[in-house]
Amino acid sequence: MAKKTAAIVGSGNIGTDLMFKIMRRSKNVQVRYMIGIDPNSDGLARASRLGVTVSAEGVDWLLAQEEKPDFVFECTSAKAHAANAPKYREAGIRAIDLTPAAVGPYVAPVVNLESLNDTMNVNMITCAGQATTPIVAAISSVVPVDYAEIVASIASKSAGPGTRANVDEFTETTAEALQVVGGAKRGKAIIIINPVEPPMIMRNTIYCAIPAAAAEPGNIQERIRAAINEAVGKIREYVPGYELRVEPQFDTAREDWNGAGRVGVWVQVKGAADYLPEYAGNLDIITAAATRTADLLAEKMDSSELVTAGINNIRSQS
Amino acid sequence: MTHSLDTSFNVRLTDTTLRDGSHAMSHRFTERHVRSVVRALDDARVEVIEVSHGDGLGGSSFNYGFSLTPELDLIKAAVDEATHAKIAVLMLPGLGTIHDLNRAYDSGATVARIATHCTEADISMQHFAHARKLGMETVGFLMLSHRVGPEDLAQQARIMADAGCHCIYVVDSAGALILEDVGDRVSALVTELGDDAQVGFHGHQNLSFGVANSVFAVRAGAKQIDGTLVALGAGAGNSPTEVLAAAFDRLGIKTGVDVQGLMAAAEDIVKPIITRMPVMDRASIMQGYAGVYSSFLIHAERAAERYGVPAWKILQEVGNAGYVGGQEDMIVDVAVNLMAGSR
Repeated sequence: MAKKTAAIVGSGNIGTDLMFKIMRRSKNVQVRYMIGIDPNSDGLARASRLGVTVSAEGVDWLLAQEEKPDFVFECTSAKAHAANAPKYREAGIRAIDLTPAAVGPYVAPVVNLESLNDTMNVNMITCAGQATTPIVAAISSVVPVDYAEIVASIASKSAGPGTRANVDEFTETTAEALQVVGGAKRGKAIIIINPVEPPMIMRNTIYCAIPAAAAEPGNIQERIRAAINEAVGKIREYVPGYELRVEPQFDTAREDWNGAGRVGVWVQVKGAADYLPEYAGNLDIITAAATRTADLLAEKMDSSELVTAGINNIRSQS
Repeated sequence: MTHSLDTSFNVRLTDTTLRDGSHAMSHRFTERHVRSVVRALDDARVEVIEVSHGDGLGGSSFNYGFSLTPELDLIKAAVDEATHAKIAVLMLPGLGTIHDLNRAYDSGATVARIATHCTEADISMQHFAHARKLGMETVGFLMLSHRVGPEDLAQQARIMADAGCHCIYVVDSAGALILEDVGDRVSALVTELGDDAQVGFHGHQNLSFGVANSVFAVRAGAKQIDGTLVALGAGAGNSPTEVLAAAFDRLGIKTGVDVQGLMAAAEDIVKPIITRMPVMDRASIMQGYAGVYSSFLIHAERAAERYGVPAWKILQEVGNAGYVGGQEDMIVDVAVNLMAGSR
């Protein structure tokens, strides 16, 4: 089948990394447009050199084009996507949202992409959401998780102005996804930006409250370990630099944890260095997930079943 | 009695026993503790009293320790108890959010102290703007200030001032700064900020310089100084408020507080509730020496016990890795790897 076309809106770190990711790794999607607001941005210059049609005139320019893309990847900010989302929908373009705007349903490819119905807008949560919700989902497939908490650490050099202006949206969206995608009853997310030189590789720590019995050595604990390892394996299929730093650590029940036990998982995400160097695993994991999502949606679009569902969806939303 | 006390001041003391001290209490403060400490500080005419989880609003967590009492209940109790003093809260963007700030404001807090690592001031801009919109007084915390030089620090202070911050603190989170280190940084901020914002200093005792550094800060132009009663706080503790008051009084620096009242508050109110006295021991001295965020101490001690490697060694490694405030989760990783390496 012919490749679907895509526009990348936002020419910062995430948009530029995504462009390389799609060019190098996507089976079903090609980059047709890149849209920014700064004509001098590095991202637009690189896209132009690679034969992508570029514009610094924003989304309205894109929507005025004769040839509209099948997909738009939003790499701007939560606020910008909230404003742009209705315009994409009206133009019949599927949006894959890499900001924490959370207009559409959350997607973590290894957890819920297969079961996703065609919608005109999907949200890729956050980089930390991509790195952590699959682990929480793995643990909650074995035992009930009353509370999940994650700490994401990213290198200062990998945090662009969009990320910096959206810190609250980042933690709130990630926390909600720990519940909706991860299956925890309650979620909390923390992000730390570290300026150390050489830059630190992206890290994520995942803590889940688990029943006291599950924190003791035994069969349940083994099943939790196995589920975590399986999730890590699946993520490594599209993010090869994703790995556990240490074995999962089980802590027995404590009074100040309301009698719950705890499992802790320490993850490192080394990037593929498609744009920024390998410390920027935070870019890699969300752009790789977005690419994977688009590839799968493209396949679904080509099956008649989905085309019908998509048309119905457009009708019901207009 | 305080009837003859001149409460005007040149330097404003902020007491953070009920926030930074929360670390040393493993976040086990009760409403009764808060009421008695606020009453004593308020009687002694301390102008600002900070109350929140040690890691600021929303800090109650696996990573930093869960609060025994919800912090909003503690803030409300403090507001209820105070007659002159303003109640301040701390928040770290990336951990707390604007929603937490709203709830603290609704509970009666009127000073928002917003903290970032000393090179990442730009993640606080939305929070300063919001705090100002609420009508709160604003203070900016540049944490681990030893990690950059005076000029770079001043540029970060400029970002906070432009975002709406009234006073920017040089925060010696690791207790690593020594005398001129503080004076030079405070001077650079004063020069950069001029009349746009005040400058403050928050010291720790890991290398025992908390009070002396505060004197250097004031001589360099700082107008706000932090302390805690009995030095209760992270690491080897904070600059003790009662010692700051006494020393400043001897030096003729006007703070407008009742020195005797603060000594009594430390001795009679705070000392009896402390479960772990602040102390300069091998682990906390290492924090000052290696430049490690002070609140890592108790977490390192826990990991030391669990994994059988010394706390000071864990902290030394944390310092080498350049971890910053909030990265308490890295301590287990470091400890497990040290344990594996020693086998």
